[in-house]
Amino acid sequence: MSEAAVDKPKVNYYNAKSGIMSWLTTTDHKRLGIMYLYSLGVFFAFAVFMAFLLRLELFTPEIDVLTFGGAQAGDLYNRILTLHGIVMVFLFIVPGLPAVFGNFCLPIMIGAEDVFFPRINLLSWYCYVLGGLFAIFSIALGGPDTGWTFYVPYSTTTGHNVYVPVLAAFIVGWSSILTGLNFVTTVHRLRNKNMSWFKMPLFVWSLYATGWVQIIATPVIGILLLLVMMEKVFGIPVFDPRIGGDPVLFEHIFWIYSHPAVYIMILPAMGVVSEIIATFSRKTIFGYHFIAYSSIAIAAIGSLVWAHHMFTSGMANEARVIFSFLTFFVAVPSAVKVFNWIATMYKGSIRLSPPMVYTMMFILIFSIGGFTGLHLGALSVDIHLHDTAFVVAHFHYVMFGSAGIIFFAAMHYWFPKMSGKLYNEVVAHIAGVLFFIGFNATYFPLFIAGYLGMPRRYASYLPEYEFYHKFSTIGSWVMIFSMLLMFGNLIYAARKGKKSSDNPWGGATLEWHTSSPPPTLNFDKLPDDIPGSYDYPLEVVK
Amino acid sequence: MSTAVVNANSAHDSHDAEHHMPYDPMGIKIGMWLFLFTELLLFGGLFIIFAVYSHMYPREFHQGSSHLSVPMATFNTFLLITSSMTIAQSITALRTGNKKLCLSLLTFTIACAAGFLVVKSFEWGAKFHHDLYPGTEVYFALQPGESAFFSLYYLMTGLHALHVIIGGILIAVVMRAVSKGTVNQEKYAFLENAGLYWHLVDLIWIYLFPLFYLVG
Ligand code: HEM
Repeated sequence: MSEAAVDKPKVNYYNAKSGIMSWLTTTDHKRLGIMYLYSLGVFFAFAVFMAFLLRLELFTPEIDVLTFGGAQAGDLYNRILTLHGIVMVFLFIVPGLPAVFGNFCLPIMIGAEDVFFPRINLLSWYCYVLGGLFAIFSIALGGPDTGWTFYVPYSTTTGHNVYVPVLAAFIVGWSSILTGLNFVTTVHRLRNKNMSWFKMPLFVWSLYATGWVQIIATPVIGILLLLVMMEKVFGIPVFDPRIGGDPVLFEHIFWIYSHPAVYIMILPAMGVVSEIIATFSRKTIFGYHFIAYSSIAIAAIGSLVWAHHMFTSGMANEARVIFSFLTFFVAVPSAVKVFNWIATMYKGSIRLSPPMVYTMMFILIFSIGGFTGLHLGALSVDIHLHDTAFVVAHFHYVMFGSAGIIFFAAMHYWFPKMSGKLYNEVVAHIAGVLFFIGFNATYFPLFIAGYLGMPRRYASYLPEYEFYHKFSTIGSWVMIFSMLLMFGNLIYAARKGKKSSDNPWGGATLEWHTSSPPPTLNFDKLPDDIPGSYDYPLEVVK
Repeated sequence: MSTAVVNANSAHDSHDAEHHMPYDPMGIKIGMWLFLFTELLLFGGLFIIFAVYSHMYPREFHQGSSHLSVPMATFNTFLLITSSMTIAQSITALRTGNKKLCLSLLTFTIACAAGFLVVKSFEWGAKFHHDLYPGTEVYFALQPGESAFFSLYYLMTGLHALHVIIGGILIAVVMRAVSKGTVNQEKYAFLENAGLYWHLVDLIWIYLFPLFYLVG
């Protein structure tokens, strides 16, 4: 006891003020990062539970689990599926890395005290939470059954309430725009004067590119969702064929946003990968400029491939060929990154700490996700694979197995910085390996089932798919267990973990040059001479 | 939403005492420009829909257009352009230290905004009087395409009118800040941002006016 009194912790952002109000009104980017982390965690857990129910339903070919409440067969499945999709996309993976780790790290990494608009940052959090509450609240009204894509005319004619979740997505969109706007301005105006553009850590580069995509793409879905609401609430039709409207136009506008949105999900993840691989290989990142530029290239080309979601919706053949070509083209900068990461590890002094192991799993899963994306981008093949379980497997590989696992890796990477504590690495390793096994067991069978013709968004199926679905469901249990283990480990460490040093991994970016956890203004004293982001000292740090 | 954005911009210099970031009008304006960009894209979605439908139904759009009142819209255009000028002048007034002139120019701007809305409500009112709005029998009896024209008419001018209202409120907030002195000769980025926002409102109308009233 007395020892603890002597060893009184330094004043840091976390203990500088206390009380719930000090959190709810904070404009400190680090505290907001933590608040995002908690709220995100709650929504994620909710959506995982929904997914658990979905997989349980798919355990047998008949509809036998989701039958309570006297609902029509399959109806409940549709609603749970939609909520799962909405919450995972709009509340977990799109805001995920930028909101939590971008907020926490970006200002520190460029040697600033905060983001440029601290109050807007707080406003952004409130938008996020408000939108999330609307989404959850929509269950009370029965829940939407349209799928997360809200395609018209179904979304404007279904008896189920749709406008509440649409409103939710709209509000969360504002949160996303405000965060993007804030980050872009911050990078332009608050970089330390000794940090030139090409000294910036790659995570900052990727956040910068993401910020632009958020600004450019999100308003487009904003207006679209507004139109759906207008039609539902005020009866002003726009896409209704009765008035000469064109539902396919809805799909175009929807994907003009939603395809770039997948780059909002994956770009920050790629930035984190670059940080982690460099740190744990103790080598300068290979091809820094290529990685930085390929982020921009992905953001640019990625804005022009939306119609590959609509190859079967009715489109001119020339248009389909062009979009197919562009889809193949956008794979190039992604592949550039993968090769650069591998080259960084080559002859590096690799340390297999949990963040690094997670990242290596990412490279594998991302490659599978990317290659199957090429299947879907090829016109003729897509006609066969469109709307099958193959697509479900593909996007879970990219969104969950890639962006999602990097979220976990980032949690393990920056945990000592955020909390000042160390977690149990053995448990983290076990959880990671179990996750990898569970993940592949859950989704790989879906590639096969989908190839054989299993459609997506179906609650029941023909007996010949039973094996794949059973396998998948059992895999999902392993995966969910591994996540419980992972989070449990971190929560335990946050309370009872050993104290961490300021730089447990030997990282070179600026956040490792301040104390753990950092003080309120990020640095007691900024290093006079900003070090290169990937200049590792020659002697090996213990 | 937008009020909050611009507002928070101005608050940038005066927030938590513990932070001491310098006042940076350039950065504040970058933020505003990015925000305006999102507003343009918001309307951009609607303009795309307009472009596609008018391509599909040129005749019906022409017919729809003939129901609209050009004189009222012209008068409104005149009001908005004038107000855009006065708000620009108010910035110069403040920069040269003439706070009183600045305030009266802003008052005039708000008056124009209010005038715009009054005229707009007469215009809409006349259509409502003839049951010409989405959902009525008259509306569904229109040719497909012409009804789409009216849907877009209400949505686009409605969203624009909403921006006029927000802009008006924003200018009122700036006026308070000017009279209290928190926006002053040295620190006037907030006023500039409000001006930018108001120019955007004007600009969008400059596109809506010919598209709906003249081109047809
Ligand atoms: C425990 C982990 C998860 C499991 C077991 C799971 C399982 C499922 C299942 C069974 C479906 C329905 C497939 C169908 O019937 O067509 C589905 C759909 C979906 N999931 Fe997941 N999922 C998980 C995590 C995630 C994550 C992390 C994300 C996003 C980052 C995500 C995004 C989606 C989306 C967007 C859909 C499509 C919804 C729609 O069709 O409207 N899932 N998931």
